Amino acid sequence: MNKNRREFLKTSAAVSAFSLVGFPHIWSKNSSLAFAQSGDIKVGVLFSLTGTTAIIEESLNKATLMAIEEINANGGINGLKITPVVEDPASDPATFAEKARKLVLSDRCVSVFGSYTSASRKAVLPVFEKQENLFWYPTLYEGRECSKNVIYTGAVPNQQQDDFIPWLVEKFGKRWYLIGSNYIYPKEENNYCKKLLEGLGAEVIAEEYVPLGHSEFSSVINKFRSEKPNVIFSTVVGDSVVALHRQYRAAGLDPATMPMASLTTSENEVAAMWGDAAAGHFTSAPYFMVFDSPENQRFVEAYRSRWGGDKVTHFVSESAYFQVHLFKQAVAKLAAGDINPLTIREAVKGEEYKAPQGLVKVEPENLHCWLRPKIGQCKPDGQFDILTQSADWLEPNPYSAYPNQKCTAEGLKQI
Amino acid sequence: MDFVISQILTGLSLSSILLLVALGLAIIYGVTGVINLAHGEFVMLGAYCAWLLQTEFGWSLLPSLAVVFALIAALGWLIEVAVIRHLYDRPLDTILATWGLGVMTQQIVRLTAGGELRYVQMPPSLSGSVDILGATDSAYRLFVLAVAIGLFLITWCIYRYTSFGLKLRAITQNRAIASSFGINSAAAFRLTFAYGAGIAGLAGALISPLKSVSPEMGTTYVVDAFMVVVLGGVQSLLGTLASSAVLGETTGLIAYYSNDTIAKALVLLAIVIIIRFRPQGLFAQRIRA
Repeated sequence: MNKNRREFLKTSAAVSAFSLVGFPHIWSKNSSLAFAQSGDIKVGVLFSLTGTTAIIEESLNKATLMAIEEINANGGINGLKITPVVEDPASDPATFAEKARKLVLSDRCVSVFGSYTSASRKAVLPVFEKQENLFWYPTLYEGRECSKNVIYTGAVPNQQQDDFIPWLVEKFGKRWYLIGSNYIYPKEENNYCKKLLEGLGAEVIAEEYVPLGHSEFSSVINKFRSEKPNVIFSTVVGDSVVALHRQYRAAGLDPATMPMASLTTSENEVAAMWGDAAAGHFTSAPYFMVFDSPENQRFVEAYRSRWGGDKVTHFVSESAYFQVHLFKQAVAKLAAGDINPLTIREAVKGEEYKAPQGLVKVEPENLHCWLRPKIGQCKPDGQFDILTQSADWLEPNPYSAYPNQKCTAEGLKQI
Repeated sequence: MDFVISQILTGLSLSSILLLVALGLAIIYGVTGVINLAHGEFVMLGAYCAWLLQTEFGWSLLPSLAVVFALIAALGWLIEVAVIRHLYDRPLDTILATWGLGVMTQQIVRLTAGGELRYVQMPPSLSGSVDILGATDSAYRLFVLAVAIGLFLITWCIYRYTSFGLKLRAITQNRAIASSFGINSAAAFRLTFAYGAGIAGLAGALISPLKSVSPEMGTTYVVDAFMVVVLGGVQSLLGTLASSAVLGETTGLIAYYSNDTIAKALVLLAIVIIIRFRPQGLFAQRIRA
């Protein structure tokens, strides 16, 4: 009995010493041996394959795996193959955290690519910060986060809205109706949107949130009819988007005079609506499937021949794809013995990659990406017409709605 | 004025969807006493059937409605034979069994049809909008309203005026005594379950052009359906009709003046309060226990 207890104390002491990450020496020596073992590099792939968000996360899983296969087919990274460890967190934040812990601690992955919703990102964040590992997050999101253990390759509010909002005000008018799903993402996007609208002298006539997964918009559409806004700024997400568009169309409203402007309606959502339900509405995003570039042509062809000719690519699956290539470039700069999450983070800072959307770059200060926003109008065939694209790539500013805060390499700073 | 009309129409449309989804549940629950947690999955399967018939065989929605009803009713029949009939005297076990069936159905659909959202095309003849007394409403929503009322009337007539309905009412009052008078209650239960499942499937097919079709879509509908049935009173068809009308109009009204989040919360709160003081629901029939 006594002996067991002593044994237990010893093990826990050893475990806690091992998990002390304050000693970079011990950490990198031990870990470097483990991280590039036996000629392969283990990475985690953490997208829900079941549950409510599986609909979209499946496509992210596919884009990630395809990028890994491409890299391996071309000889891997300096001769090392990438081995993906795929886990299914089942659209549940608690399971996300648990699977992330497994990938980092027991599989010893050097990085994890994953997650779609903000709730799941927030759930895995403590794991990566505590274990000093690296998480690659492909989704556009609300910003207001400054983690040294996440590489954000999706757009933040300023990148999607800076061009979009003034363009819409000029083209359609100053009476705006903000409608979103009831959670953090739409509220933060609307905070920034309201700020921009105020600067442009436009008016927010209503700001409304519907429950997540809501699918009955007839009351909302009645309000559109009575308020007659010039623009409906929609941050409704998931399958609600489909219901909103179809009911808008069935009610006989006209996108030419009352268009919906969205930051989340991608080819994926449009494919789920009946044909032209989204036609005439606008989306701002760094990537559209029709974008004309040799890189995108290759990406779309490869994706369809790998996963099926009826599949669509969209602005989140594009980031899921190019972030693996950024990972590869960063790891390629390191000697096999030096590969660990922290050296990869340092190596990826400022790294550029010719993505399907155009050249992108990882901002060294806040680990978000410089992206190339575009404005698209949906066509009856479910694809977008790209109407404008920003002249240059746009700097990511995760705190755009909060001018007195700034995300730097040292962490969040109050100005 | 036209806003009052369009608000009433909106409420009616909400009510008709609630009625469609709840009717099958009310019949099954009312007659057999089975709390069918897989009800939402029947709705989902109906929507997927409509989608399948449309994409694979090019059927328009209207002719496929009959096929969807028949298919889902047949499935209900099979489930009754294989699972439910063994559990009539064990109400807690039926909850668990139907819930398990629901989870399995969701995953089977995900594995075979894929996780993507699917769409069903609205019949072109109904995809326009109609003017009623100055208000505009979608023609399809009015069609759904008409079908919901039609289905209710058919069910009501079966229940009220056929000998089968008479037997059902007898069984509902007291199964043992009804059986001793020679009514084959097992067969009646089986038919009821199949009919309720078929109506749920029909509901799924009818709402599919308005909403999105996904493996999880049933979950929200089963909650709505239970709300309607509990509020209306468990064994009362009229109660189901009245409570879906009340819930639909109230939700629509609150959502118009405030928003849908508040509407959902307030309606649920109201139901909790009503159930506290009238646990048997608004329109409970008096029966001898």
